[in-house]
Parts: sequence; structure tokens; C-alpha cells
Amino acid sequence: MIFFYLFITFFEIGLFGFGGGYGMLSLIQHETVEHWHWLSSAQFTDIVAISQMTPGPIGINSATYCGYTAVKNAGFSMPMAVLGSATATFALVLPSLILMVLICKLFMRYMHTHAVESVFKGLRPAVVGLLAAATLLLMTADNFSTPKENLWQFLISCFLFIAAFVGVKFIKINPIHMILYCAVAGLVLFY
Amino acid sequence: MNIYWDSFKTFFKIGIFTLGGGYAMIPLIEEEVVNHHRWVSKEEMLDLIAIAQSCPGVFAINIAIFIGYKLNKVRGAIATAAGTALPSFLIILIIAMFFHQFEDNEVVAAMFKGIRPAVVALIAVPTFNLAKRAELNKFTLWIPIVSALAIWLLGVSPIWIIILAGIGGYIYGRITA
Repeated sequence: MIFFYLFITFFEIGLFGFGGGYGMLSLIQHETVEHWHWLSSAQFTDIVAISQMTPGPIGINSATYCGYTAVKNAGFSMPMAVLGSATATFALVLPSLILMVLICKLFMRYMHTHAVESVFKGLRPAVVGLLAAATLLLMTADNFSTPKENLWQFLISCFLFIAAFVGVKFIKINPIHMILYCAVAGLVLFY
Repeated sequence: MNIYWDSFKTFFKIGIFTLGGGYAMIPLIEEEVVNHHRWVSKEEMLDLIAIAQSCPGVFAINIAIFIGYKLNKVRGAIATAAGTALPSFLIILIIAMFFHQFEDNEVVAAMFKGIRPAVVALIAVPTFNLAKRAELNKFTLWIPIVSALAIWLLGVSPIWIIILAGIGGYIYGRITA
């Protein structure tokens, strides 16, 4: 049954995933963590980190990884988990295939009409909200710890969050390098 | 040479060699598809990028499907989409299989404790970049705020937000036209 739900879920994510890889992440996060509880918040964050550091589109990387982990977490064997990752990836790509072919065949000339452009005008500000929500939903004890649970880890986490934000946004450090720096910081401070 | 195989191989190469996600792929796609193979012209490519960007789904996959379709209709689109997705799929699969064994390793655990807050920051950054590109003003600023709060506090699915925003945009366009 999990394969059926994986397929439906990632098909929906492919169909409604506007705003590039990160826009899609907010949908993946909502569906796999909040709605289905297939992954923990920390597992999802780890998957995003690995998806960012490996080659290829972030959407494909995280769908593959989420499919694998979801099936694995449900207690299935490794071959089944591989099937889960294939299901999620295929389901994510399928809506694109259908939509793009339809656009090429029929709708190319409607892409620049007033109606279509107004739809996109409504979508753009909403996608900003989606990303903001994904950020807020990931600020959990799983990812940052809490002052009660482990004050040291909580303070370091807050510092690394701010450092990574300033580093990538204002100093324009490459995100992949930033992840590696924070991995080293984690190793030195938490090991 | 067989054009299916050729286009599959080209997009496989693009999939392997791009780090950092969709937009980082544009220069490499242009180099291969426009300059090297001459499958589409420079102007067509700009159009394709604009449409692929505004459509849902994975940006690089959308571009691959467009070009594949142009070359060989649906079968061509399947070849290029598979080519783009396959390297990611295989690499992630290998990592996923082995990461489970290292997850509980103390060194790896410490590294990921440092990485997690950084990843949250990496998702926060494009929020602000997108906000700038969406050209929010005092009449539209409520849209992202209400959307974010509805998802965060009320647990509304982002899919509903997307649908509502699309319909809202359409109606607003009709009224102002």
C-alpha cells in the first residue's frame, strides 16, 4: 500500500511543485514529514543536505532518497526500498512529461496570454510563503535541539544557522561549501 | 548514430556534471544542446527556459522533456527525461544504501548535527531571493505571510495554497483587464 501512496504523493508534488527545487522541497516536507510521517524532521533535513551536495536536480535527488527512506522506515527490505525510490522518482517526473508534451502539442501559443500570465502572477507571491513555511517547519528540536535538552547544541545550532544564512545570502559562499564548513564545525564542536 | 541514444547520453552527462541543482544546469545544457548538437537555436532555448521555469516540476527535467519532444516526440522526451534523472537516481541510491550504516556512527552524527541548522538556512535564503523577484509590494505582501502562517500553524497543505493562488491570480487578472 505504501507504494501506491508514494506514487500518488509524489505525482501531486510533481504536479503542484512550482518555484524550482526549493519550492518543491516545501511540498515534499509537508507531505512526507507532516502529513504521512514517513520521515522524521531530522531525516528530511539530512536528505536535503545530501541532495544539495550530490550532482543532479535537488527535486530528483530528494524524491529518490525520500522514497527509499520512507519504505525502509516502514520496515521493508532493501530491494523494496529501491522500488520505493524508483516509484517516487517516476511519479515525480510523470506530471512533467504529461504537461510538457501537452504544452508542446497544444498550448504553446497560450503560454503568453493574459489569463496564463495572471495565474503565474498569483502563484509567485504564494511560493514565497511556501518556502517561508518550510523554513519555519524545519526549526524543530530535531534539527536545533532545545535549551532544556542540550543548551550547548542549541546555541551552536542557532549560531550555525545565522552563520550559514549570512554566509550564503550576503557573502555569497557556495552552498555546498557552506554545508562542508558546518560539517567540520559539527565534528569539532559536538564530537 | 541513433538519435535516442545520443540525446539520452547528452542529458545523462548533464545530469552527472551539475552540482547545486536546476539553475546551475542552464549553462551546461546550453553548451551541449545549442552550441554542440544544435538541436535548438539560442532564441528557442530562451523561450524553453522561460516556459520550463513557470511550469511545475523539476526545472532540468522540464527542459530535457521539451528538447526530447522536439527531437523525437514522446519517445524522445522519455529518452531525455530518463537521461537527466538516471545519474541522480543511481548516485542517491548508492548513498542511501550505505548511509543507513553510518548514521549511528558518532563522527557522522556530529557532522550532521552541524549540517542541519545550515540546511534550514539554505532553505531560508531562497525565500528572500524569491520575495525580491516576486516584486512584493504593500498590496501583495499579505499573500506570502498568510500562506506561510496557514501552512505552519494550521497545517494547510501547500497544494491548496498553490491552487488558491492560481485561481486568485486568474480572477484578479479578469477583473483588472
